[in-house]
Order: sequence, then structure tokens, then C-alpha cells
Amino acid sequence: MKKIISGNEAIALSFGDSGGVFASGYPGTPSTETLEEVARLGEVYCEWAPNEKVALESVIGASIAGGRSLSTMKHVGVNVAADALMTLTYTGVNGGLILMVADDPGQHSSQNEQDSRNYAKFAKVPMLDPADSQEAYDFVRVGFEISEQFDTPLMLRTTTRISHAKGVVVQGEKRAPKVGEWVKDVPKYVMLPNYGRIKHQLVEERLLKLQSFAETTPLNRVEMADTDLGILTSGISYQHVKEAYPNASVLKLGLVHPLPERKIREFAASVKRFMIVEEMDGIFEEQIRAMGIRVDIGKDRISYCGEVSEDIVRAAAGDAVTVCGAPVDGLPQRPPTFCPGCGHRGLFTILSKLKVFVSGDIGCYTLGGLPPISAMHSSICMGASISAAHGMAKVNRIAGRTEKPVAVIGDSTFFHSGMTGLLSLAYNGGNALVIIMDNRATAMTGGQENPGSGLVLEGEPAKQVDITAIVKSLGIDHVAAINSYNLEETEAAILKGLETPGPYVLIDSNPCILRYRVKKPLLSVDTEKCTGCRACLKVTCVALGLVPAGDRMKVQIDPNICNGCGVCSQVCKFDAMSVA
Amino acid sequence: MNVFNIVIAGVGGQGVLLASRVLAESALACGMDVKQNEVHGMAQRGGSVISFVRIGERVYSPVVMPGSADILISFEPLEALRYSHYLKPGGKLVFNKVTINPSTVASGMATYPADVEEQIARACADAHGIDALAIAKEAGNAKAVNMVMVGSVMKHLPIDAQVVEGVVREVSRDRGADVNLKALKGGAAA
Repeated sequence: MKKIISGNEAIALSFGDSGGVFASGYPGTPSTETLEEVARLGEVYCEWAPNEKVALESVIGASIAGGRSLSTMKHVGVNVAADALMTLTYTGVNGGLILMVADDPGQHSSQNEQDSRNYAKFAKVPMLDPADSQEAYDFVRVGFEISEQFDTPLMLRTTTRISHAKGVVVQGEKRAPKVGEWVKDVPKYVMLPNYGRIKHQLVEERLLKLQSFAETTPLNRVEMADTDLGILTSGISYQHVKEAYPNASVLKLGLVHPLPERKIREFAASVKRFMIVEEMDGIFEEQIRAMGIRVDIGKDRISYCGEVSEDIVRAAAGDAVTVCGAPVDGLPQRPPTFCPGCGHRGLFTILSKLKVFVSGDIGCYTLGGLPPISAMHSSICMGASISAAHGMAKVNRIAGRTEKPVAVIGDSTFFHSGMTGLLSLAYNGGNALVIIMDNRATAMTGGQENPGSGLVLEGEPAKQVDITAIVKSLGIDHVAAINSYNLEETEAAILKGLETPGPYVLIDSNPCILRYRVKKPLLSVDTEKCTGCRACLKVTCVALGLVPAGDRMKVQIDPNICNGCGVCSQVCKFDAMSVA
Repeated sequence: MNVFNIVIAGVGGQGVLLASRVLAESALACGMDVKQNEVHGMAQRGGSVISFVRIGERVYSPVVMPGSADILISFEPLEALRYSHYLKPGGKLVFNKVTINPSTVASGMATYPADVEEQIARACADAHGIDALAIAKEAGNAKAVNMVMVGSVMKHLPIDAQVVEGVVREVSRDRGADVNLKALKGGAAA
């Protein structure tokens, strides 16, 4: 039967159809829906891990125990899981193992745009790069076969336009789950140096075998047509190439590591102009140039930054692009912002007022760095808020500065890799105020469950972790609860935390209003009392707007949007807002 | 048949994605090849959303290039203007006239263009504005704006209207199918 599904849905569907038995991952755009879809299909066991390293390690265990297994994460998640990956490549697998990584060229929802193809090269593992939902489905199936045949983990790489784009998929035959033997094999799985050295040689031999496989597999196909222009490409770039040059010859790579040298050499020799179209890094081009093959058009004409498009391909080949009107200039931007009623708004209103240095983290609260609130001054990676604040405080002490940094981190990010930073803060005698915004959801990616939410991925009840108990047991003596909807109390608590020397933790446990559908009584503005001073607008709530009232503009609250949080009314000095 | 390019624009939370899904599934049910794509994630938090539906005999890319949309459906006037350059010459624009302040306007950093409808008329000769919110409310749910918008463009699409109705019935969950079908028809009459 034909279905129209996204690349993520196709991977999940195929995982079940390919005899998969265990999946684990950590939410991250654009990978998140894959595991959610595995859960929705309800056929295969799956779980959210606290972070990507734990996810991949659990999947390694599942493979050792003989099960076909899948780990899902976004590109930066592989950085976290890389420790496991770099030795997993030595041990190899028992049950087939696929690491699905979703890249985000164009940074639609990411802090960087790293190209995961580098990891396949780095870890010396095969990587598949599907070009649409059908290939995403098919490549899971063939991926497990390659993984088992070559005794290797396999990376399945998508990009945002593969993970989230929907296309037509024909479902294949369903394979029953098959679990192999659970065998003790010390030289295979215990990477002591003497075993590891042997394994490294096997990894190099495996790569040569995979190179031979790459030459003959139908995953890499030549579409010979007009020989004036020949284009080597893979993944989503293939679609842009086909739109731009439907009559050109194409060498489409499905297996993007290792490369089929002979096939590429023959293809390049058979066309007049040889072009390489690859998004982000010039990984194909570097290797192909190193093979001594002439490349006529490549990274010199296609940017390392952002996404490739049909127009970019045409322009790179020297042809004109579709003429169209330019975007209308000067329109107000519409960036994402805190939801109406979000608990982060009150906290950041106070942090902005106090003008403290905020060491931020990855989550919805990162939006606190946008103007006009602009109350976040660093945000690097998952968990960095606390550890970076610790480093800042140490240097401040050396420099004789008295200002204490404030770290802001969410519950899921705290479980992911904030806990170790807090341990360091306590252990190394640090001096930072840490605010944990525990909204009991991995909110930015759509409100997934986590160890603090009380439910697992499949919706069953779970052990709900006690953050206060964790904080205390990590060695923090000062822990207090705050309610960020009460600005006065929150400000007092933050000031106390700043004045008290040493590590200090505040925990807000208001739930995510989007995930838990919280709705409070709506507010309205008394236009008699409103002076039009606009102080409330700085809280940046889309329910607020200015309307003409007599001789000036006054504030109005849109009842269709207001969530009744009351933050604007606490900022108002004229008591103009009240429950409608 | 050449590829027919549809661009759907709006604000996070307005149901752009469900509207896109309805059009994509309808095209598939009519036996056509389809690619549908939007970027989500950050967009959910009240940000600008743009979605593409491409239908035809054989569709490769899921992305519509600026200057090549046959039709632009916008759930909000400012977003209609923002993405108007996606239309090809002679392309059609249908937009919801009900405005939603972006955070930059709500926070006082920018002003919503008072002449947005005049600007839209300048950007596209074939633009048509409707009050989708009023029609949705009349159908029984203010959130059915997305179905009103789908209804409003049905006559311009190479998709059978009855097929669209069938798909809407299928995808209706929280909101009753009756409300959605009323909204769809209300939009078609607007």
C-alpha cells in the first residue's frame, strides 16, 4: 500500500518491518519523530535515554544480546555519543546496529550545522544517505544487512529535508523479529589494548571490503544521460540536481562512506564537465581530488554554509536561475518566542532587570537571549550552563570581580549532562547560582517524556526522579524552590542566591503549559489606568498589542491568545491589568 | 502534467501542518506523486511557518523555489507579504485577513504595517483576502481556520474536492469532522 510519510516515519516503520527489537535515542530536531513513531506503531520496544551516549550504549548492549537495534539522535547528539561510537567500530556487532543521525543544514533548529558524514569517515563505518522517504524505508532494511554482513555499526544519515519532508512510500514485506545468541566473546567485546590492536587491523580490512562492496552495490547508481554535464551527489541534493538538470548524467551515492573509487573514476571520465553537489562540507570532493580525479565544479561554487537548492545547483553550473521578485523589505520579523503563559517569561523578566550574566543552555529558555529580553549571555551545548558558569566564577575570583554568574538549565538538559557540571561546581568549591527550570518535559522538541515527567516514551508510568534530592546528593547545601510566575518572590530568591557565597540552586517546578495544556483565567486591560508607558511590552508576549485610545497608543490583551499567567500585570506600575 | 507548487504560510500554532497534510494526502488519493515539506521545531513557538506541497506525475524536490509557486495560501496577512516572492508571475494568493502580532511588534520593537493589504495587492495582482476566523467560528471552532483556508483554494487546485472532503473526515480527531467539513465548505464559498 502507498502511504505519504516523512523520512522519520519511514525509518520507524522500516525498523519494525526489518525485525528490529530495541530502539533508544534522545530527542533533537529533526530526529525526534523517529522514536515517537516507533512508539506509536507499538510493535517494537523503544525508550528515551537521558542522553545520546546512554542511548547508543544501551543499543550496543541490545546488539551484543543479539537484537537488531536502532539509536536515534540529532547531529550534535553524536558528539555526546562519540565516545561509544569510536570503540563500537572496533567491537563490531552481533545483532545489526543502526545509528540514525539527523543533520540540520541551514540551522533551522540547531546551534551549529556540522556534517555527520565526517563521523563515518572518522569512525570508519559505512554510512547511508537516503534521498527521500522511500529510500529512508529501504535503507534501514539494507542497513541491517550490511551491519550484520560486515560486522559493523552502520550510520543512517538524514537531513532536515529528508527527516521532515513527506513522500510516497511503498511498504515492503514484514520480517519477524529475530534475536540471535547472547555469546561471551572476550576478544571481540573487551577493548583492552591487546584486543583493541587486533581489532583496529580488522577495522581497516573491513573498510577495504566495504570499498569493494561500494563498487557493486545498487545503492550507488549511475543514471547515464546527456554526457555534457555529469553530477555526483547524494541525499537531498540529488533531488535538487534532478529538478535543476533532469537530463544530466548523475552518479547518485546511497552509500556515502566508503566511496566507490573505480565507479567515480569511470563516471568522471565519461562526462565533459564533472560536478559534485554536496551540502555542507566538501567530503566527497576532498576524497575524490585525493584520488587524482579532475573536479570541474564543486565547493568552489557551492557554499559550505546552509542548504543546497535547485537554484544553487543551477547557479553553480553557470546557468541562470528563475527570475522572481525580491522579498518585501522591512517587514517585522516573526521569530519564535516564549508561549503565552510560559513559566520562563517571569524568570527572564527578572534576570533582565537584575542585569546579571546568564550562562544559558539548550532548550526553550534559550529564547531568553532574543531581544528585547536579551538576558542570556552564553549558550554552547547541552549541559554547558553550569560548567561554564563555574569557569566564569573561578576567573572572576582571580580577577577580583565580585559578580556571581547565573546558570539557567531545564530539567531534561539537567538529566542529559547538567548533573556532572553541578557535581563539579560542588566538588571544586564553585560560586554560581544555578536555576533549574523543571517543567517536566523535553519541551523545545515537542514535550517528550523524561526521567522527571513520571512517564516513559510509550506512556507507561515510570519512576519519577526527585531533582532536589539529586542536587543535595551532588553536594549542594543551598537548595530552594521558586515560583517564577511570582516576580517579587522570584527576584528576592535570586538576590538571596547571589548574595550567599558558594553554589546555590533554585528550582522552579511549574509545568510546561503547552505540554500540560495549562490555562488560567484571562487578563484584560483597564484603558483608564493604562498610561501607554509600554513597560509591559518588554515581557514579549504575543497576546499584548498597542491600540489607539484617545490621544495615544494603549495596551490591549488578545483574549484568544492570553493564557492568564499574570506576568504583564506584575510589571505594570499602574495596576492596569486584572482578571477579566 | 507539470509540477503544481503550493506554498502555505502562517504562524506556529495555526494548523499549517495539518492543512498541508490534507492537501498532500488528497493529491496521493488522486493518484499523483507528492512531496510535502515544512520546517518545524522552533516554529512551534509562535514563529513564522512555511510549508510546501508539490504535486504532479513525478516530483523530485520537496522544496518550492522563490518565483515558482502556482498558489500561496497564507493564514495571516504579514506572512502573505513575507512569502509573496514565492509566487510565479501570474500566481494566485489567498490570505486570511485576521492579523496576529509577531513578538517583535508585541514587544514594541517593530510596528505592524497598517497598509499590509495594500502592500499585498501591490505584490500580487491576483490576491484575495477572506475573514477565515469568522468563517471558522461560524462552523463551530475558531481553530478550524486551517480548514477554511484549504476550502478557499480548492477550486484552484488540480485535486478533486470530494477527495479532500474524504481526507478531512479521516484526519479529524479532536475537532469533530462536522466542524471541519463546515469550515471547508465555508472557505470554498468565501
